[in-house]
Amino acid sequence: MAEKIKNTDVLFNPISKNNPVVVQVLGICSVLAVTAKLEPAIVMGISVIAVLAFANVIISLIRNTIPTNIRIIVQLVVVAGLVVIVDQVLKAYAYSASKQLSVFIGLIITNCILMGRLEAFAMGNKPWPAFLDGVGNGLGYAVILVIVGFFRELLGSGTLLGYQVIPQWCYDNGYVNNGLMILPPMALIVVACIIWVQRSINKDLQED
Amino acid sequence: MNKQSNTYTIIYIIVLVVLVGTALAATSLALKGRQQENIDADKMKQILAAALITPADGETVAEFNRYITDQYVVNAQGERIEGVKAFDVNVANQSKLTADRRELPVFVCMVKENDPKYILPVYGAGLWGPIWGYVAFDADGSTIYGAYFAHQGETPGLGAEIEKPAFSDQFKGKHVIKDGRFRPIAVVKAGQQPLDGEDYVDGISGGTITSKGVGSMLDNCLVPYRKFLQSLGEK
Repeated sequence: MAEKIKNTDVLFNPISKNNPVVVQVLGICSVLAVTAKLEPAIVMGISVIAVLAFANVIISLIRNTIPTNIRIIVQLVVVAGLVVIVDQVLKAYAYSASKQLSVFIGLIITNCILMGRLEAFAMGNKPWPAFLDGVGNGLGYAVILVIVGFFRELLGSGTLLGYQVIPQWCYDNGYVNNGLMILPPMALIVVACIIWVQRSINKDLQED
Repeated sequence: MNKQSNTYTIIYIIVLVVLVGTALAATSLALKGRQQENIDADKMKQILAAALITPADGETVAEFNRYITDQYVVNAQGERIEGVKAFDVNVANQSKLTADRRELPVFVCMVKENDPKYILPVYGAGLWGPIWGYVAFDADGSTIYGAYFAHQGETPGLGAEIEKPAFSDQFKGKHVIKDGRFRPIAVVKAGQQPLDGEDYVDGISGGTITSKGVGSMLDNCLVPYRKFLQSLGEK
């Protein structure tokens, strides 16, 4: 790497300025799918942080031994193994959340953020920065998931983490939950709103 | 050592795959017991839901053992089949057999003393995947006490509404035996009703195929219980 990047930047850049979802627009598929409620969004976020951090460390540890022509396959095997482990652990310790997430835990394998970080960062960096990079990007992903999940559950179901937050008198006075919020298109629109807000704050991200 | 040689590549990937495989096998073995407990507890929760009992977290197994006083398997003639545990019957596989070859599980739930409810499992197909549920009958073998439905991946807000009480509560108090004839509940478009006077509930707007799936699931899975339910009524 030509210039040395500080470890704190490695950790914190992906949360805002180089966010994998709203800046690099990776991993959108699962954002649409798992954010109808806040709880699965949080579990999904934690799962991605765990898989990404460990995959980054493992790939970084063995980076000098990996034969170049099969490096993508090696990355896939490592990620797939970790994802299956996370899936099994969730089934054993967080059954209801794993039921809601169903196939999407398995689909972490195909999440572009993972392959992107492994290929772009872990292959060329030491384990500690690679770990921070994994945690940072996982957090960046989780933050967006939680924000989207928050708004979709609040406006779509009137609850947060399953607890009723919109008081009954609102419903008595004619307030209704927005059913559209729990359908996938609104996830895309909420993400778009986040991108809008984020680009308005960070002028240097704006394209001409 | 030449890292680009074919031998190195092949040995590398074999070692890697064996390592990952071992790790996965170990994880699976270590967690299997807990996972099975969770799956069983989830099934118990669904069975209790049909009898309108909602156990607190972690209490499911104890509540199940408290309320479900008996469970047995009957055949289409209403006779008991010995040697099969109702809880272990795979309803998904049974629902594909012809009625006379099925093993039909029955769960007896004592909601109150001397007031048994008979809970019967149902299984069918929705729009995107399987749907299933449990229906609880009063001791007369005709009146529905409660129902619970679940699905794997029906459309949220449309077909997925079958799991909401707003849908399943409609079944309360409906009769499957009317004027001596056995007819499982029909699921029809809101505002319509079946021509032959069968008891019915309103389907879900926008969830037509899932609603029809519930209707045919009830037909397919409750009709084999006809003799069993009729014999309950004669007692």
